[in-house]
Amino acid sequence: MTISHHPGEELLLDYVAGSLAETWSLAVATHLALCPMCRRTVSELEAVGGELVSAVAPVPVEDDLYDSIVAATNAAHEDSVSSRPVADSSGPNPILPEPLRSYLGGDVDSLEWRRLGLGAHQLPIPTGDELTTARLLRIPAGRPVPTHSHGGLELTLVLSGAFSDSTGTYGRGDLQEADESIDHQPQAALGEDCICLAVTDAPLRFKSLGARMVQPLIGI
Amino acid sequence: MFETAINSNAATFGGSMVGKDPKWDRFDADGPKRNPATTNVKTERAVTSVDPDQTSKSMSDLLVRVGDQDQDAFRAVFDYFAPRLKAFLMGQGTSPQMAEEVVQETMVKIWRKADQYDPARAAASTWIFTIARNMRIDHLRKSNRPEPDMNDPAFIPDPEPLATEAISQAQDSAQLYAAMAELSEDQRAVLKLAYFEEKAHPEIADALGIPLGTVKSRIRLALKNIRSRIGDSE
Repeated sequence: MTISHHPGEELLLDYVAGSLAETWSLAVATHLALCPMCRRTVSELEAVGGELVSAVAPVPVEDDLYDSIVAATNAAHEDSVSSRPVADSSGPNPILPEPLRSYLGGDVDSLEWRRLGLGAHQLPIPTGDELTTARLLRIPAGRPVPTHSHGGLELTLVLSGAFSDSTGTYGRGDLQEADESIDHQPQAALGEDCICLAVTDAPLRFKSLGARMVQPLIGI
Repeated sequence: MFETAINSNAATFGGSMVGKDPKWDRFDADGPKRNPATTNVKTERAVTSVDPDQTSKSMSDLLVRVGDQDQDAFRAVFDYFAPRLKAFLMGQGTSPQMAEEVVQETMVKIWRKADQYDPARAAASTWIFTIARNMRIDHLRKSNRPEPDMNDPAFIPDPEPLATEAISQAQDSAQLYAAMAELSEDQRAVLKLAYFEEKAHPEIADALGIPLGTVKSRIRLALKNIRSRIGDSE
């Protein structure tokens, strides 16, 4: 399996610098779980960050800071286990990699999908970020996603199956960055359903009247 | 393009031009130079050599010792990094008090996690940067930072180690230092805004009063220059 569509360097830089909001970061981090090449770029960008920190002109700290730190290290060590849910019962080869799987509480088989129409299903993903929306989409094999354009940026990460549009074919691990200039009509490849993570910073605009009418009802 | 992808709280720094701020650093002015002996009483015990190669190597060694709960080593890491982390954290308009709180949390984390530090994988400054960044997101933004989990069965591990990774970390660091020292003033300014002020690209454009396309091309060029110097052919 070769990943051929990667996040742009800007997106990786924002992820490394910490300026990317949680929802976008979820898509980037899940891509990273599948892409050693981008992890390497991330390591390089982190090294640049480390160099910048080393190179900055120091600002004197308060005299008692060190003592406070030592006191804090001696204090009862609060359990630093992460707040993530404990390991789920995914099989040996989960379709959803971390960190995405924990956000959903389990792998694809355990999810309670909601019907989206045209045979497609979706599942909103709760995050702490109110300005963007993350959802898992499941498009039946060989079927189109309703035609839509974007009010803003959309990241789509394929996790299972594949989809194609005018910009290419996207399989597991491939990440598509689309903005309002792209009016695309993705279609799931034959063979298996296409499951993907979609993150948007504005509601999708569906073109068909039918889709537009149900849009408010299904929250997409 | 990523207007909404940034944290609006982090977006205000009074519009100051970081590149012109005198507090900026050893890369500025006439290229790489040694830090003047620090006048800060608290940092007198800091590593005296600021040869980047030596500093990087000794910081890595110190961090490994911190992993063995060596308090003298921890003190030396604190003396070197705490004032720099404070400067880093204040870069986005955070108050000195708040910055020190995050420095404290970062140092406590360093103490507790140093046994996981692997000098073959990252320079000390890189490892510490990632911890400080995560604490900043945690503490100042009250937000999560999703990260891959290398123990996850779905995680695709790295292929065979690349030959270039056999290069010692110290050498990497020296090359990176040299590469960054050679960047143009413009290129360093956009990088600093991106890393220190958590500014996404459109905000960098605003802060510098230049078009977004120029910001993107400067960042791309800066990173390309760095890559070519550290011998990564990508």
